[in-house]
Amino acid sequence: MMYGYEWDTSSALAFALSILPILGIGLLVTLQAAAVGYAIALVLGLVLALLRRSRYKVISWTVACFTEFVRDTPLLVQLFFLYYVLPDFGIVLPAFMTGALALGLQYSAYTSEVYRGGINAIQRGQWEAATALNLTRFQTYRDIVVPQMVPRIVPALGNYLVSMLKETPVLSVVTVLDMLALANMIGERTFDYLVPLSMVGLIFLPMVLICSALIHLVERALPKSGIPLR
Amino acid sequence: MTWTQYLAPLMKGAQITVMISLTSIAFGTVLAFLAGIARTSSNPIISGIAFVYVLLFRGTPLLVQLFWFYYALPLIGVSFDPITTGIMVLSLLTGAFGAEVVRGALMAVPQAQHEAARALNFSKFHTLWHISMPQAIIEMMPAFGNLAVQNLKDTALVSLISIADLTFQAQSLRNITLDSATIYTMTLAGYFIIALGLMLIIRFIEAKLRRGAAFPRSAHS
Repeated sequence: MMYGYEWDTSSALAFALSILPILGIGLLVTLQAAAVGYAIALVLGLVLALLRRSRYKVISWTVACFTEFVRDTPLLVQLFFLYYVLPDFGIVLPAFMTGALALGLQYSAYTSEVYRGGINAIQRGQWEAATALNLTRFQTYRDIVVPQMVPRIVPALGNYLVSMLKETPVLSVVTVLDMLALANMIGERTFDYLVPLSMVGLIFLPMVLICSALIHLVERALPKSGIPLR
Repeated sequence: MTWTQYLAPLMKGAQITVMISLTSIAFGTVLAFLAGIARTSSNPIISGIAFVYVLLFRGTPLLVQLFWFYYALPLIGVSFDPITTGIMVLSLLTGAFGAEVVRGALMAVPQAQHEAARALNFSKFHTLWHISMPQAIIEMMPAFGNLAVQNLKDTALVSLISIADLTFQAQSLRNITLDSATIYTMTLAGYFIIALGLMLIIRFIEAKLRRGAAFPRSAHS
């Protein structure tokens, strides 16, 4: 029994159905972690991309090295780093927040590259024209850069949402009770890992497919040449 | 314990990590070509099997796959030792992602060349091997480079099925010494150095291929 739900091991199908509500509770945690992590990745990635464009070499270089380092090292080790090292500095976060932070950090390195590519794709002439028209930096970004950037970056950002969703089970390692953690616990108690672990895979598969399809729809709905101005 | 004493166990783990990564990249590449070519096949059974394989491994989390092969498969009588399980699952995953790269690159070869090959009475195999592949393989290299680094990062998860890789050694050291900051910084640096090495190898292979290429890149883009 877990969370008040009794399981029924009389047959594989009955077992699979009886643990569905328990896995559903885990699924909620999985989705929350992905949502919080993705929000962090979107914001932090933008900050990193803008800092990378700084005119001070020290800042742009430091940020470039940082993103490269985060991109080329495993999420699991970064997660352990945050989970064990942050408390040494007096920052004690719940496991869930540490996990979401690790996800966000890893993917901010990816999203920052996407943003950077989107900004760099704007031709030099447009920046010069903006200067000639006496637009402020903020106006240039708001009216010139962002409207053209969005359709270009949405597909890549969407793909990273899907891969982040698939990486959330790693959080189970630091005691986050996500779908995989619950499936493992059911496996430990019933000595049957086959059904719970297969169920987790079977729940992830349509979720990933639906997510990809939705992103494809959004991608098609966006105007290719940029969002028209008001 | 000082940080120099951590080096020996971490190096031992790094060797396992490099071994697992290189082996699974090699097997994964073979699988990628098999499945990628199968996906472009006109035989619905062959392309169907490849489609399902790619779908299953791309659509589910690696950790779930790893645990499934390690904990669940023995329950139906199929069991492997941890290292074999780790290499197998990583190869299958890399192969599934690589298959999409191979397929994309093969499809990018202009249709007119297939028609020309047919007009010259080339066999299907001849067309694939001598016309499509030499052009496609160069286009695949940047994507394969990313997959190789992704594979290296993914190997960290095998520590969870009791393989004594770099991450596993870091965990054991931490449990003894509680010196988290030093150990994990060294571990992250270790992965970073291995990743840089991997990227150098890929760049070397790419340069080799480009020099021996049948066509320069610009000829068909």
